[in-house]
Amino acid sequence: MKLLKTLMTGAALVVGLGGMAQAEDKTKVGFVYVGPVGDFGWSYEHNEGRKAVEEAFGDKVETMFVESVPEGADSERVMTQMALDGADLIFTTSFGYMDPTINVAKKFPNVKFEHATGYKQADNVSIYSARFYEGRSVIGHIAGHMTKSNTIGYIASFPIPEVIRGINAAYIAAKKVNPDVKLKIVWAYTWFDPAKEADAATALIEQGADIIMQHTDSPAAMTIAEEKGMYAFGQASDMKQFGPKARLSSIIDDWAPYYIARTQAVMDGTWESTSTWDGIKEGMVGIGDFSNDIPASVQASATALKEALMSGATHSFTGPVNKQDGSAWLASGETADDGTLAGMNFYVEGIEGEVPN
Amino acid sequence: MDISIVSLLATLIVAATPILLAATGELIVEKSGVLNLGVEGMMIIGAICGFIAAVNTDSPLIGFIVAALAGAALSLLFAVLTQYLLANQVASGLALTLFGLGLSALLGHRYSGIRPPSSPKMEWFGMAELPVVGPIFFNHDMMVYFSIFLVLMVWVFLKFTRGGLVLRAVGENHDAAHALGYKVIRIRILAIMFGGACAGMGGAYLSLVRVPQWTEGMTAGAGWIALAIVVFASWKPWRLILGAYLFGGVTILQLNLQANGFDMPVSYLSMAPYLVTIVVLVIMSSDRTRASLNAPASLGKIFHASS
Repeated sequence: MKLLKTLMTGAALVVGLGGMAQAEDKTKVGFVYVGPVGDFGWSYEHNEGRKAVEEAFGDKVETMFVESVPEGADSERVMTQMALDGADLIFTTSFGYMDPTINVAKKFPNVKFEHATGYKQADNVSIYSARFYEGRSVIGHIAGHMTKSNTIGYIASFPIPEVIRGINAAYIAAKKVNPDVKLKIVWAYTWFDPAKEADAATALIEQGADIIMQHTDSPAAMTIAEEKGMYAFGQASDMKQFGPKARLSSIIDDWAPYYIARTQAVMDGTWESTSTWDGIKEGMVGIGDFSNDIPASVQASATALKEALMSGATHSFTGPVNKQDGSAWLASGETADDGTLAGMNFYVEGIEGEVPN
Repeated sequence: MDISIVSLLATLIVAATPILLAATGELIVEKSGVLNLGVEGMMIIGAICGFIAAVNTDSPLIGFIVAALAGAALSLLFAVLTQYLLANQVASGLALTLFGLGLSALLGHRYSGIRPPSSPKMEWFGMAELPVVGPIFFNHDMMVYFSIFLVLMVWVFLKFTRGGLVLRAVGENHDAAHALGYKVIRIRILAIMFGGACAGMGGAYLSLVRVPQWTEGMTAGAGWIALAIVVFASWKPWRLILGAYLFGGVTILQLNLQANGFDMPVSYLSMAPYLVTIVVLVIMSSDRTRASLNAPASLGKIFHASS
């Protein structure tokens, strides 16, 4: 980033005084990432969004980022430093940055903050997330059709609503097309640890899973699936290069339009604290190309499901759905409201095991 | 529960090999009286350099050799800082980790999403076909056997050779060793480079065999575990195997138990590898006299010939 700064300053000098004046009102945008930008998953896609902001606004904007920031107290230090460095807008891109973001935002009322995947809003803190669960429905549908052992392995990260929602959505969709399907879940308790993710994938395959889904950030599980001749789905990013044969499809996050719109709002002075939850329809969640291993009929039904989710004709959580303990949750035809989804802390009926707390 | 003990043992060996390699190197470094906290940095440099070499030559063996050279080269930086410029070892080691993580990200920029050549399994005259012992002991790649062979060599070196005695003397009391005419600095630099080479190979084992791919920051703390395992082993080579396999074993076991739907709070299972490490460290160090007897007396102390 230093190099970039130097280059930009250099460019401004060349342009002359006019350029200097422009450099003064540059909008500074900061990004805090939980993993390395080269994880080819979650943080990678956020960084692609950052690059899109730079491309869209050219020298009217200056971006900075810090990668591999642990969730918790250390992230507060990083955000504070960014605010002190003159950031106008800071995106904090992991669930665990929620309280630190709120704390730092209190200290810098003039700086705008945007926290991803959390639920605590403030006057200068917006929250944003994507309806990843819609993507989970589509890949769950594919997995239900494609599994031969009727066992899908799921590498989960932390037991937060976001992750539990993904598990439920995938299971409901898979169960719908394959009543015998079973879900084996391993909690890795990390967002990014390729070795552990690889070991988790190996353990799931040993326990009979022939398709791996993941809610962790690295493509390690994809590599293992490729090696063992199993299937997997790209997570957050396409990940095709890691499993040319193994990858069935993928859920791709696209943050660029949102990041550009929010930066524009700061420039125009129209920024307000908002809560955004966009899905396939708005393009924040994308579904990657289908592998040729998926039969044409399944490709067609998966596309139909995707389109129905887009148009709103169907919802990932449509009743009848019971909770794991058998108690009723959604009546026939009823769809889940966003409030319940945002705080989801239970498995739906049929999933084995307990939600860790 | 239908967890196969055989496949469990086979995978735990793979999971333990990177930390075993790195810990073996660090044991020699610490035995010479130097504390190098940069294991993580040297591992990740080994991971990327080994990966680049293996991909370009299509040979995992060359990958591991280059990884060892790269790890040793990076450790030389630490050696110059701490042995010639007398910098603080703890700070230099931490800096080495940060430097290694950054440099590896830079080097590996174009190597994401590439598959490394797969490491062939060792040929043990068909013994891999034997029931039970076959998959556990005779169905691994050469680095698994090399890591155990390395522990054996380190044990022989420290216990039965003159060189090992000199190394231990330097680590126990560098002033006395110096007075006897041993080249303290030179011996320590060699030890540091050996440590770097081992850490580099450990890192390459991650990127070439265990994961196998290159991702930034992929060591994700393995270097710190290796450091803990040296203390765990109370600086005795054979106990390194015990420590590394125990840690690897608990990690693999907890994942398998989870995948099997074992009825136990997941958070405890997930914590288990670290809990076991901490508990054993506490037990090992509970007897102060014994623990301090085992630690090299000059560990972490700066040596200058004038003092």
